[in-house]
Amino acid sequence: MKLKLEGSGLGLAKGLTMTFRHLFRPRITTQYPDQRLTLSKRFRGYTLVWDKERCTGCGTCAKSCLQGNIEIVTSKGTENNYVVEKFELDSGRCIFCGLCVESCPYDALFLGMEYERSSYRRGELVLPKVRLEFTPDKQRSAYARPKLEAGLPRQTLLIEGSVGSKKSRKSKKR
Amino acid sequence: MNGYWPFDNFWAHFAIFAVAIIAFVLLMVMVFIWFERRAFGPFQMRWGPNRASPWGALQPVADAIKVLLKEDIVPAVADKWVHFVAPIIGFLPVLLIFAVVPFHNGEGLIPDMNIGILYVVAISALSVVGVFMAGWGSGNKYSLLGGMRVIAQMVSYEVPLVLSIISVVLVSGSLSMNDIVAAQEIPFFVLMPLGFLIFLIAAMAEINRGPFDLLEADSEIVAGFHIEYSGMKFAMFYLAEYGHALAMSAIAATLFFGGWKGPGSEYIGFLWFLFKVLFIFFLLIWARVTFPRLRVDHLMGFGWKFLFPLALINVFIVAAEVIAWGEIPWWGIFINLPATFILIYLWSRLFKFGGGRVEVEA
Repeated sequence: MKLKLEGSGLGLAKGLTMTFRHLFRPRITTQYPDQRLTLSKRFRGYTLVWDKERCTGCGTCAKSCLQGNIEIVTSKGTENNYVVEKFELDSGRCIFCGLCVESCPYDALFLGMEYERSSYRRGELVLPKVRLEFTPDKQRSAYARPKLEAGLPRQTLLIEGSVGSKKSRKSKKR
Repeated sequence: MNGYWPFDNFWAHFAIFAVAIIAFVLLMVMVFIWFERRAFGPFQMRWGPNRASPWGALQPVADAIKVLLKEDIVPAVADKWVHFVAPIIGFLPVLLIFAVVPFHNGEGLIPDMNIGILYVVAISALSVVGVFMAGWGSGNKYSLLGGMRVIAQMVSYEVPLVLSIISVVLVSGSLSMNDIVAAQEIPFFVLMPLGFLIFLIAAMAEINRGPFDLLEADSEIVAGFHIEYSGMKFAMFYLAEYGHALAMSAIAATLFFGGWKGPGSEYIGFLWFLFKVLFIFFLLIWARVTFPRLRVDHLMGFGWKFLFPLALINVFIVAAEVIAWGEIPWWGIFINLPATFILIYLWSRLFKFGGGRVEVEA
């Protein structure tokens, strides 16, 4: 007769060994302010990036906005163009739907990659032109702008060295 | 052992050790809370507290400050005095237990009290009164349920706990904690693994931790007996819980791991004691992190149908060995270890949880 070990504490012992092995596994936690994950390429950040050079001041973005969050004021320029005097986004009311980006006929508007937008006053959430203007150090999301995708880093879901991340998977294969 | 350290005067000795024990308990409770949270981290593949100072070592201090500053709320329907006194009665027995624990060779408040372990058993059962008072005094159905549960649990698990202690007393031939340590040439957990296992499981139930935390089962009765407590009173219960865990670890270290005994200089006995206490607490954490909570009827069934008979058989085996050889010789391991496995196996065959669910064989 074969000994039936099930139900005699074997399962408990198995559980104990399993949790004990967990002690030596790398942690999956991301230590947020110190460690950051790379965001999705099409991330919809809490801000817009506005390209001053390309913008013609047509105001399509403001018209397409469901909330009316974008305020754009233009004046006549010297060579048959508009000069954008004021471009303001009330990011406190923005739902980040991205319609303004999609509707921009001149590819002048992008969603940003920033997500740290807490502030003490609601007024600080109204972003003026200078805060939105495109500079080379600002990352633009590839949302509705597929051409940008090639230049952006791959998304990471886990920090380096943790369970299932690229590094640990490679080291397992070796 | 040799007079009253350090001044050869009982009252000076008493004052010094009373203060030292209170400081030791409070400090070790903080260490335990920190150790448990830090150990839970890797068990669940996360870090645990690591923001307050290196390795989060000051986290319990931060928690203590937070809890001190919180508002103390007494429910309108509460039995005010019972509600007020309960945390004190819950915590006091925990401190009293340490009176007889030998921290070093013969050093402690009264480590060679001739009824030491009996005193521990009597006192440690008292803290349940505090818990039940909290359950009753809060005027809340959940806390009353928690209080009722803890009474049932205590009554059932006190029996195997005491029976496993009896096996130790049989071998060492003394009730004094210090003599029990002195009697352990080989630690008793090697000589009687079954006794140690029963003690550990019953102790887990006794201190309401790990898989036996039915009285505060968050998912069933919210927080059980301390649902209506806040601020410092809640902290007292927290203190009592971890203090009791510390006390049980200390007793297990004394009874089964040879307390202050260990290789190396005789002056590091206290460090050995601390190390053993932390090791046993690690076992408690390990069990807590692994096993899900028992159902109430399973808890009762496990206590009465499994632990109680096994504890009786263990006492019988140990008693027979003591009668035959006067003590358990080192080769007693080869009898007791297989006996442990065989008994657990056999009893698991006989042992069935009743009711609740009917299994139909296909």
